[in-house]
Amino acid sequence: MAEKSYSVRRIPGFGAVAVFTFAMLYLPIVILVLFSFNAGPSQSVWEGFSLHWYEAAFQNRQVRDVSIRSLWLAATAASIATVLATLAALGTTRGGRFPGQTIIYALINQPLMVPEIVTGIALLIFVAAIKVQTGYTGMGYLVMAHTAFCIPFAYLPIRARLETLDAALESAAADLYASPVQAFVHITLPLLVPGIVAGFMLGFVISLDTVVITEFVKSAGQDTLPTYMLGQLRRTVTPEMNAIATLFLALSLLIVTAFFLVTRTRGR
Amino acid sequence: MKRTLAMAAMALTGSTALAHAEGVVNLYNWGNYTSPELLERFTEETGITVTVTDFDSNDTALARIRQGGHGFDIVVPSDTYIQTWISEGLFQPLDPEIVTDRGNIDPVFVDVPFDPGREYTVPWAWGTTGVIVDTSVYGGDINTIGVIIDPPAELQGRINVIPEMSDVMAMAIYYHGGDRCTTDRDVLRAVRDTLMDAKPHWLALDYGAVDSYVAGDFAAGIYWNGASMRVRLQNDSFAYGYPETGYPLWMDNAAVLADAPNRDNAMQFINFILRPENAALISNFARYSNGIAGSDAYMDEVMRDAPEINVPAELAAAGRWGVACPQEVNDIHTQIWTELMQ
Amino acid sequence: MRGPLIRGNGWKWLLCAPALTVLLLAASGPLLIVLVYSFLSPGNMGGVVWEFSTEGWFRVFFRRDIFEPDLVTLNHAHLTVFWRSIWLSFQTTLICALLGFPTAWFIATRPPNTRTVWLFLITIPFWTNLLIRTFAIQEVIRNNGTINTVLLRLGVIDSPIQMMFTDFAVLLGMAYVFLPLMVLPLYAAMDKMDFRLVEAGYDLYASRLMVLWHVILPQVKPGFIAGSILVFIPAIGAYVTPRVLGGGRTMMLGNLIALQFGQGRNWPLGAALAMLMLIVVVGALIVYLRALGRMEGERRG
Repeated sequence: MAEKSYSVRRIPGFGAVAVFTFAMLYLPIVILVLFSFNAGPSQSVWEGFSLHWYEAAFQNRQVRDVSIRSLWLAATAASIATVLATLAALGTTRGGRFPGQTIIYALINQPLMVPEIVTGIALLIFVAAIKVQTGYTGMGYLVMAHTAFCIPFAYLPIRARLETLDAALESAAADLYASPVQAFVHITLPLLVPGIVAGFMLGFVISLDTVVITEFVKSAGQDTLPTYMLGQLRRTVTPEMNAIATLFLALSLLIVTAFFLVTRTRGR
Repeated sequence: MKRTLAMAAMALTGSTALAHAEGVVNLYNWGNYTSPELLERFTEETGITVTVTDFDSNDTALARIRQGGHGFDIVVPSDTYIQTWISEGLFQPLDPEIVTDRGNIDPVFVDVPFDPGREYTVPWAWGTTGVIVDTSVYGGDINTIGVIIDPPAELQGRINVIPEMSDVMAMAIYYHGGDRCTTDRDVLRAVRDTLMDAKPHWLALDYGAVDSYVAGDFAAGIYWNGASMRVRLQNDSFAYGYPETGYPLWMDNAAVLADAPNRDNAMQFINFILRPENAALISNFARYSNGIAGSDAYMDEVMRDAPEINVPAELAAAGRWGVACPQEVNDIHTQIWTELMQ
Repeated sequence: MRGPLIRGNGWKWLLCAPALTVLLLAASGPLLIVLVYSFLSPGNMGGVVWEFSTEGWFRVFFRRDIFEPDLVTLNHAHLTVFWRSIWLSFQTTLICALLGFPTAWFIATRPPNTRTVWLFLITIPFWTNLLIRTFAIQEVIRNNGTINTVLLRLGVIDSPIQMMFTDFAVLLGMAYVFLPLMVLPLYAAMDKMDFRLVEAGYDLYASRLMVLWHVILPQVKPGFIAGSILVFIPAIGAYVTPRVLGGGRTMMLGNLIALQFGQGRNWPLGAALAMLMLIVVVGALIVYLRALGRMEGERRG
């Protein structure tokens, strides 16, 4: 029986395509990591092993600052966006259609439909006016802008997951006199976890990539890694950036491992 | 002698007093353009910490500051934009009490068209936009923009042009004998036709191309002098040419913003970069000249004799400062550019 | 009857309110500024002058000949850029779907405790930022890059294949950049799939293709819709990839709009182009969702 249920999941050729996809995804990454250890400044000619670029990156205060700021911003914005998107996804998938649903869809997806440069300019005008009025120039604006941009990315996978969930389970819980909150915490939320994880991760990487919006919203001393790199685009991008990217990859691996270990122990 | 002594005394008393002066200054500059060593020395001397924030284009910087609420003290825009900044009241005049070393500016760069007498700005770095050619591929004359906009067979399909509309348009207009902001339809028509004919021979329009030149992906291109020097230092078959029909001179200049929250600290920083040994740090990092007299002595050796940095006397006259063209002219340039890139 | 969960619609709005507030403040609200700007006149060196004008919109579609201002023609340059952006984005979505569907399936059919690991493996490359990733792709496909070097060494080719600065490079780069946006929602839908239905399909002697079409696809449809939207729409506005991998030789819509807000210094035209793009995207979305709905109807009917 177990054997059979496994075989129905196999579709010939899919495995090969998946392997090809993973290979395609990782080939540039392998090269990037390799050349972060290059002794010379070139990204294409190998000149021997060295930790020179890591040293340079660590000693460069600006590189350090922008890397930490990027991670902090991505974590904060993606967390807020995931919470807000989960609530909105519940509101729009449970209990059938309702008037105004289309408007909500449109609003949630709107940041996706406008190129970053336009949102950037619009935000610049809007945020600058608030900055002049209030005198507050902190990170709040960036958190807000990134959160707004992350919401659609977090919302779609969560909603996709909710739609495939069996609403009957929640009804059953309600019939057993569970409060909506209890039903959510004990029934829906655990089943929703893959969607939430996917949503958070999407939001996180989207925030890490958001460059034009940050460029226009940032105040003094609020460069992130992408805007720092954008500033370098006209000049040479140094292999320091490869070193930083490799460190980001290492960090992500660390988190993956931690996550894996935690879920495994809980599984037992 | 007397003056030196007085200055030394001032420096001594000044530095002890200032070492305790707490504070920051917020610099808004091009990316990868600010020497970390320069900032360290400034902090050592004055106790003021410098925060650097990057911009990626003059237009972004201008749009950003215009809207207010930015928190920056110093900005470093390019020459063509300076008049707009000044006329919109975005800069404040340099304070002669604090900025005492304006005399260090190379006389050539004092009465510049964009800030006559240097009331608002001081030089940060300057350079030229010219052509870079792999001389092992093409052996002909390289002091002409013809290698790019009417390329010889050897170079066709191996050309990279920086995607700077104003530089490319300027060089093509000069090639056809026009002024930077000419409204002469015949010249503009010739410019468009030349560029349209040249475009199929261009492989790319890319900024960060040092690696690509070194690796041989590109054999020629329109490029900046400092970047061209970086290419030559890694691959000595490349040479830099100054088109004799005219090539753009450019200069990025530091100025204090009208609404700078740390005005005095900013003025101190401006004065700091006027000292030759400090200006040389900017050059050594960015690989461009700085416009401060006497800073050559502190520059890296590779820069001192570099043909990319030292404009040959016979071609110096062909270098021209940029001008911000009126909107209707710029509109025509944008239309030609859009047609070129469609 | 069915519990307090489904009484009235107020709670739905309440749940959506926090997200909507952020979106209205930081995305939709400011967009009104862009709409207003599209009807103003360009200012000196960027910005706008507060004078009503439809010139921005006019110039989106038409051009006055540079040399004979009375001669008005369709603006082919803008229309070409629009068409190219849509076409490349469509191809990108297709590639992402063709690669993403099997990949998501592969992940969803792993033993449950390793699925999360595979999922993470998809996103790990994206912890490096967009620019650095794009540069890394450049290293792979440039003339003396990885692929060409390997092929030359193997003797498959005699001279390097020119991949950089072509539409192929742009497509490859965009497919790379947007792939997880397709895989993750697809996975989220597949993970919850009812495999008993697949089994039942086989038990009824349906072919794999029939099972895929009639049993699997309908179940993962929500994920597929989400994925296509997430890929197609940002692809239309892509800015960095065409600039770096396409070598900036040809513009996409994002570059054209950025040009107007930057060196072109014509903000109203940029704003009008942006609004038009918004309209095109919304239009495409409606057509797409309707077509899917119709397909659904035919399949059931």
